[in-house]
Amino acid sequence: MLDKTGIAKRIAKEVKNGYYVNLGIGIPTLVANFVREDIDVEFQSENGILGMGPFPFDGEEDADLINAGKQTITALEGASYFDSATSFSMIRGKHVDLTILGAMEVSENGDIANWKIPGYMVKGMGGAMDLVASAENIIVAMMHTNKKGESKLLKRCSLPLTGVGCVKKIVTNLAVLEVTKDGFKLLERAPGIAVETIQQATEGHLIIEGQIPEMEL
Amino acid sequence: MTNKQVANVKEALKGVSSEMTLMLGGFGLCGIPENAISELVVMGVKDLTCISNNAGVDDFGLGLLLQKHQIKKMVASYVGENDEFERQMLSGELEVELIPQGTLAERCRAAQAGFPAIYTPAGYGTEVAEGKETREFNGKMYVLERAFKADFSFVKAWKGDAAGNLIFKGTARNFNPNMCGAATITVAEVEELVPVGTLDPNQIHIPGIFVQRIFEGKNYEKRIEKRTVRQKTELC
Repeated sequence: MLDKTGIAKRIAKEVKNGYYVNLGIGIPTLVANFVREDIDVEFQSENGILGMGPFPFDGEEDADLINAGKQTITALEGASYFDSATSFSMIRGKHVDLTILGAMEVSENGDIANWKIPGYMVKGMGGAMDLVASAENIIVAMMHTNKKGESKLLKRCSLPLTGVGCVKKIVTNLAVLEVTKDGFKLLERAPGIAVETIQQATEGHLIIEGQIPEMEL
Repeated sequence: MTNKQVANVKEALKGVSSEMTLMLGGFGLCGIPENAISELVVMGVKDLTCISNNAGVDDFGLGLLLQKHQIKKMVASYVGENDEFERQMLSGELEVELIPQGTLAERCRAAQAGFPAIYTPAGYGTEVAEGKETREFNGKMYVLERAFKADFSFVKAWKGDAAGNLIFKGTARNFNPNMCGAATITVAEVEELVPVGTLDPNQIHIPGIFVQRIFEGKNYEKRIEKRTVRQKTELC
């Protein structure tokens, strides 16, 4: 079974040369650490920076330079700053090549829920609804089950939706899956994880075709 | 040149009264109009509708207005950093309209640019689109979102001049430029008010025409919400 770092490592392999990538808060943020050095990629943060760099060294933090998770960051050479409308023009206008975000639930038709638990947690959707409504290439990074052990890959989402029919790929601690019109297609298993384990942890329709390879990290 | 400069924050906020709709720039605590918020607390205006991406934290930013129960309704995209906000919202004391961040930006920009509404794909098929007009363009569904109407917009810039020209710094830019000229009166506070003629016209982010009042702010705290650093030994 993978930990959060493992999920980030596997997703990093999806990042291709020349990509502009938007990383959500949580596991997605870790992906930046594992992209191969020979791959040129620019990270966009929706609060208004393209060319986001690593966290600053202690003592070099700048209150005017943060990411969408409100963490202090740095800007790489060639970076640019812009206003929020321009930022979402990049996203809505499909100029960003890959979006990686977390989720509470994903359904077998690609619906995603990640912003609200009615009556309990109301944090807001931030930029997630804009991102999922427009991005062509969305990867969800999440644990396969919630803290109670219940599947997060469902026939239908039970929580309020963030977007409909938009998720293309999911990387969890157990598996890599593709969302197809017939359901979740199992592509890879996490190291040491049996297909049956994945089946048991998946409430939505799981498509298993042939031998399922183990992930390479 | 039209002189937009006012002496201080008191003069800048003249005319603000209870039950008004206000826009406030900033993302988290980055680029918020600190001076204007402090003055709103001093003025004690109540029943405000505030349009801002976030609601500050418990003891800073818009959290200061929440503490005093000055906000009746909040329009924002993400409010997860504020316990008092969540408490007031779940108890029903505070009316809240959560909208997608890009929609928030574009509803400001539409008001600035003279568009009554815009179509966006964000939120289609979710509760955000409930009760709203939807329309198909080229096989994809879009939601009609209306331009904001606000009485005052409070923005924070890095540098500005008496003509109202503004330059922002880093990611403190965020919603600030989109809110300029999006309300009846735009009030800009700047860290440094420089003499007219010293800003390079090529480098100006917001032309003064979008700003009605400008002043040099004082005592900026510029609090960092999540100080995150790496050690010198780490490569990445």
